[in-house]
Amino acid sequence: MIVAALVALPFVPLVLWTFAGEWRFPDLLPAEWSLRGIRYLLDPGNGVLGATLISLLVGVSVALASVAVGLPAGMALGGYEWRFKGIVIFFILLPILVPPLASTMGIHLTFIRLGLTDTVLGVFLVHLVPTVPYTAIIMTSIFVERTGELEEVARTLGAGPWQTFLHVTLPAAAPGVAVAGLFAFLISWGQYILTLLIGGGNVVSLPMLLFSAASGNDPVITSALALAFAVPAILALVIALRYLKPLETDRGRGFLGLGKVS
Amino acid sequence: MGSRLKIALLLAPALVVIGVLFAGGLVAALVQSLGYFPAIGMTQVNLAAYREILTDGDFLNSLLLTVYVAGASTGISTVLAVLAALTLRRSSGRLSAVVFQLPITVPHLVAAVGISLVVSQTGLGARLAAGLGLIGEPKDFPALLYDRYSIGIILTYVWKETPFVALVVLASLRGVAADLEDVARTLGAGAWQRFWYVVFPVISPGIVAASLIVFAFTFGAFEVPYLLGKTYPTILPVTAYNEYRDIDLSARPIAMAINILIAALTAVFAAAYLRFARDLGRG
Repeated sequence: MIVAALVALPFVPLVLWTFAGEWRFPDLLPAEWSLRGIRYLLDPGNGVLGATLISLLVGVSVALASVAVGLPAGMALGGYEWRFKGIVIFFILLPILVPPLASTMGIHLTFIRLGLTDTVLGVFLVHLVPTVPYTAIIMTSIFVERTGELEEVARTLGAGPWQTFLHVTLPAAAPGVAVAGLFAFLISWGQYILTLLIGGGNVVSLPMLLFSAASGNDPVITSALALAFAVPAILALVIALRYLKPLETDRGRGFLGLGKVS
Repeated sequence: MGSRLKIALLLAPALVVIGVLFAGGLVAALVQSLGYFPAIGMTQVNLAAYREILTDGDFLNSLLLTVYVAGASTGISTVLAVLAALTLRRSSGRLSAVVFQLPITVPHLVAAVGISLVVSQTGLGARLAAGLGLIGEPKDFPALLYDRYSIGIILTYVWKETPFVALVVLASLRGVAADLEDVARTLGAGAWQRFWYVVFPVISPGIVAASLIVFAFTFGAFEVPYLLGKTYPTILPVTAYNEYRDIDLSARPIAMAINILIAALTAVFAAAYLRFARDLGRG
């Protein structure tokens, strides 16, 4: 109970402020309630809907691309034994602990030259840096557990390599693909500084609005934006707990940085 | 198709993404940190930027602050996580899964805003203190944001990272530790003896691995200190970003040198972590 209360604590003022009309110090609860925060979110003039669409567009494309990149990498890392595998794993996992901000500042100049700054494409590209390590490692954990017996059966029955991949490997890896995609989406959704650096203020995603509101002085707007920004995380959690139960083995949980979204 | 070729082809997309966008970016940062910046007419390769930051008190203050914030956040999260895991290990897995996953999936910015509305001088905490008659005005409440001790930042990290460490510890507690503990109990070991000689040795590698991740992450993270930190000194990633945005372009090699130092230090943590994780896998 105490743990649940502590976890919920930061959401208490967020919810109260979102619906607060007048809330003076030292009242514990707002004296008046209002829907100003919600109206602000929905008013097209404030750009919240547009920013949400940008965040969704980037997040979904990043999720698709990083799964497409991470899936084959996971097959190679999880399904086969080969030399120098440790070094390759280290290299692919590095952006989880070495902040992508450092590399993104370094590549900024090149992006300017290539015309990638201030574009959604540029933002999409740098979001791949923190997401691909996660999709690769999640897919690796899936393929470590698969022995390849089903594939062998399919091949014996005359299926070609593509048929085998499409009809045997992919369906078996589907829960892992879903988790990896969800993770990649949430990581991309939560990015602030990479988007700011490469988007240069021209790619306005939801965290851009939240950050400028949080630096200002209107807790109602800030809280409403913060709650809107938290919605996918909460939804994802509900979905994951509902449909992806089999994947939550104790051993896989939280290991190798899994379960860590920044 | 040979299996070596197949493996290489399977790995190629990931290696290209990480190799170009991440490693390429770090190499570019390294080159620029050495003062090679043809775009602004700097073509002399030298170590001036490194010499400057390493002899500069500002950098040292930033470094100390960063180590302090990362160390305190990691230490507090780890202790709380072990306590929470030990308390919750007998309860249902489903509840703790929901409760623990929430802070992990919620973005840092949301956590930072929520925590700041709890601990600010007009926040929930201050209102509660006023209600209890402990303080009269908002300014009587201790300043926990933009403050010397970075309390707001540390609290946000503790809220975000404790569940992550707790899940790792819970996983190892529910595995071998539970069985071994039953054996120890049968053999007559007391509660403290069971914890110190049986449970702790089993869960400690997981604890070390998880705290390494938390330390490296909080060492290199930007958003929370940028929002809740004071203007001087700033933690290293924020210092690098401020130098980078300096109108004076000659500050850029300094920004890049700070980036390279951050990258080098966190890479060491990553290597240490992988060593641990591999040993864990074997044990």
